[in-house]
Amino acid sequence: MVETIRVTSEAMAAETIASAYAQGRSVEIAGRGSKWPFGRPIHTDMRLETTGLAGITLYEPAELVMRAGAGTPLEEIEAALAANGQMLAFEPRDLGGLLGTTEGTQSIGGVVATNLAGPRRCVAGAVRDHVLGLRAVNGRGEVFKTGGRVVKNVTGYDLCKLLTGSFGTLAVFTEVTFKVLPAPETEETVVLHGVDAETAVRLMGRALGSAADISGAAWMPAALAEGGDRAFLRLEGFGPSVKARRRYLMETIVGGTVEATVVEAEESHSLWRNIRDVRVFHGRWGQVVWKLAVRPSDAPALLQRLGEQTDGEAFIDGGGAFLWLSLPCPGDAPAGLIRGLLPDGGHATLVAGPEAERAAQAVFQPLPAPLAALEARVKASFDPKSILNPGRMA
Amino acid sequence: MRMPTPDPLALGQYRQLIEGLRAIVPGEGVIVDERELAAYESDGLTAYRQLPMVVVLPETTEQVAAILRLCRDLSVKVVPRGGGTSLSGGALPVADGIVLGMSRFNQVLEVDYLNRTARVQPGVTNLGITRAVEAHGFYYAPDPSSQIACTIGGNVAENSGGVHCLKYGMTTNNVLGVVLVTIDGDVVHLGGSALDSPGYDLVGLVVGSEGLLGVVTEVTVRILPKPETARAVLVGFPTNAAAADAVAAIIGSGIIPAGMEMMDRPAIHAAEDFIGAGYPRDAEALLIIELDGPEVEVNHLIERVVAVVEQRQAGSIKVSTSEEQRLAFWAGRKAAFPAVGRISPDYYCMDGTIPRARLPEVLDGIAAFSRKYDLKVANVFHAGDGNLHPLILYDANQPGQLEAAEAFGADILRMCVKVGGVLTGEHGVGVEKRDLMNDQFDEVDLDQQRRVKDAFDPSGLFNPGKMFPLLSACAEQGRMHVSGGATRFPNIPRF
Ligand SMILES: Cc1cc2nc3c(=O)[nH]c(=O)nc-3n(C[C@H](O)[C@H](O)[C@H](O)COP(=O)(O)OP(=O)(O)OC[C@H]3O[C@@H](n4cnc5c(N)ncnc54)[C@H](O)[C@@H]3O)c2cc1C
Repeated sequence: MVETIRVTSEAMAAETIASAYAQGRSVEIAGRGSKWPFGRPIHTDMRLETTGLAGITLYEPAELVMRAGAGTPLEEIEAALAANGQMLAFEPRDLGGLLGTTEGTQSIGGVVATNLAGPRRCVAGAVRDHVLGLRAVNGRGEVFKTGGRVVKNVTGYDLCKLLTGSFGTLAVFTEVTFKVLPAPETEETVVLHGVDAETAVRLMGRALGSAADISGAAWMPAALAEGGDRAFLRLEGFGPSVKARRRYLMETIVGGTVEATVVEAEESHSLWRNIRDVRVFHGRWGQVVWKLAVRPSDAPALLQRLGEQTDGEAFIDGGGAFLWLSLPCPGDAPAGLIRGLLPDGGHATLVAGPEAERAAQAVFQPLPAPLAALEARVKASFDPKSILNPGRMA
Repeated sequence: MRMPTPDPLALGQYRQLIEGLRAIVPGEGVIVDERELAAYESDGLTAYRQLPMVVVLPETTEQVAAILRLCRDLSVKVVPRGGGTSLSGGALPVADGIVLGMSRFNQVLEVDYLNRTARVQPGVTNLGITRAVEAHGFYYAPDPSSQIACTIGGNVAENSGGVHCLKYGMTTNNVLGVVLVTIDGDVVHLGGSALDSPGYDLVGLVVGSEGLLGVVTEVTVRILPKPETARAVLVGFPTNAAAADAVAAIIGSGIIPAGMEMMDRPAIHAAEDFIGAGYPRDAEALLIIELDGPEVEVNHLIERVVAVVEQRQAGSIKVSTSEEQRLAFWAGRKAAFPAVGRISPDYYCMDGTIPRARLPEVLDGIAAFSRKYDLKVANVFHAGDGNLHPLILYDANQPGQLEAAEAFGADILRMCVKVGGVLTGEHGVGVEKRDLMNDQFDEVDLDQQRRVKDAFDPSGLFNPGKMFPLLSACAEQGRMHVSGGATRFPNIPRF
């Protein structure tokens, strides 16, 4: 085990990084450890843990804003929000079950560092769309801030966007300020039975581009959804509105030819929690799980190519924007093959897999040379000696 | 306005520059004639004027790349320009640089209704995108009031907002990708129609970067289905605090209106005198609350909003029952800027954001400054998201009033920062607020931003003198002034 320093203040975090910087020692940045197996495996000289930077320091429901230490448990944040009928609209995924760590052990800093939004991503935006301000320590050990606590803010570069999803390779977050939103009053899910991927993506696309105003759109093949291919369309909001939109969805978008049923309340809620957490792939030991992002209408053809050239199983989220793919045997379908099947503009991330696999493959989509060079310069502008999570995003 | 001292080396290369540009952009795309250059000497912040060395109007990304390589080699500065409506001097030329005008990039390249995206060139106007997709029932959500004139490239650079960004977000939440040309002439594709692009979120960084990182030559935006219905509620309040309280109560009750605008008494009166929108003259504050979406939802929420405001000392409540009436409610708000322009020879528009709960105290503070500087002020406010637009009334012909207005404005922005807000909510820092940056950020914060700038543009050729404080402490602060009603864009409603 490498030396772990559990920092209990921002100043301590800064001192720790400053001395690592002076000595050229590399540092693994950890929150509560729920997503440590996500990304390229790294070996560092020491480990900094942010769990001591915990606690909600500001919550003003009427201003839709919350601020918390980076190590604050997500459960604590979600409980405080729920008590006021609010939520994190980006619907943070809990990948504990998929990654083989522990569910329900995320920190808000880790959520921001990985930019992992759930099924509502396609309409509500990603984590990056909800981060208003950050305090952080860069790779030189300097404390800096960016953004603020107000939604409308164009003062200086929006470094919040850049830092969100940077997997701890640019800075150690110490405090996060984020936008929160009212939780929907009710929800329900329209389930379409026996629709193939192509029909599903077409219907989901039409629903997303219509007054149906759906907030989740997923498709599962028969093998993953007991009882046949199924599409799931989620309606959320105020009671009368959900009812009216259900009617519109059924009558105008779906039409009479497709068999549709409705799942309400708690059942709908847990259905989407399962999709959010990629539950159908839990417990498949040794598997490699990829998240593929494409233009939604390209999803069905990609699915077909994957079916022909791999023995993986996949389902669709975000109306086609994302495919989650599980491959049973590592090594069978290397990154090059998977990425070779992608349509133009698509990209693939290896989200879960055995350590050897993650070490051998490019976990994140490789970037074209000029862009990679630009990113390297951006990285150096925060972390000139490359001591923060070095190699994690490769 | 103090700008960085012109570089004699760059100026000395005028002939090579012109020849080089002509080789890249044939025909009339290279403008050197001083009378023609004058059209580019300022943007919406008309108090500042500067002729550039030359204006070049490329048509292709390859031309932009070649121009940038030429400028890099000659050490000539580059000021990108869209519609020239910036209110912070973002497109103000520099004496030793070129203006790179994007007006010829005016094509909508692709609309993809199934995937709800549009790929457009940066010179397309904001409204132009909506026009291109509205026949299919779609629109582009961010709606700055300059939308007939401002371009999507300018919106990307400024991260522009509009009255509906409370519900639909700013530019940054509606842009999926950009093509950026770097100072080395590299063409990089950032983001795109697939979500959550790999690597760092450079799209998020480029949006709001005020033309300091590169030239955007293509933008992919999200388009949305046009809401089925929109209705508005017009409410008068006896105090600013009561109006602010109502705003908090509406949002606290779980409702996010499409827009929520507030005006104070001077703004109400100016608007009433100007167009007679039927606003309550006896109110200290007025709220316009707009709900949009499916008809059933809008009707349901209107009832709830009315119930909330009724409990909060609302004086008069009107609910729109027709599209004409809804537009009539907005007419006074939309006319607020010209209305103020009518009652004062000059006015100066500010753009700070504050935590909403601090509104009553900030308005009191503004009133105190108003007494201190002996200048009147009218306030319009994107109440839902805390973005305040105080309009300071002054007369530039009265000695000292201009300086007083500037000092007044700076005091307001400092107060915004002090109560937990920021210097600018949507207009950008530009030259205008550059020297106030130290009030919001410390040197470490700013140095981190400067290093990010260096990662893109190490020799500082893109849009110099903007966003970052000049090193010299005595630099004057720049301002947006509107003089004698002679605004640059008189026909654009101002929000
Ligand atoms: C009457 C009026 C009302 C307004 N109302 C609003 C409002 O409601 N909300 C709001 O947010 N703003 C408003 N504005 C401000 C202004 O319209 C916006 O900032 C707008 O986005 C500027 O767009 P533009 O095309 O005119 O850009 P310009 O003014 O030409 O340029 C603005 C900045 O963008 C850069 N730039 C332009 N194009 C590119 C490109 N292709 N690549 C890189 N950089 C580029 C320039 O260098 C400059 O820094 C208003 C302005 C006026 C005059």
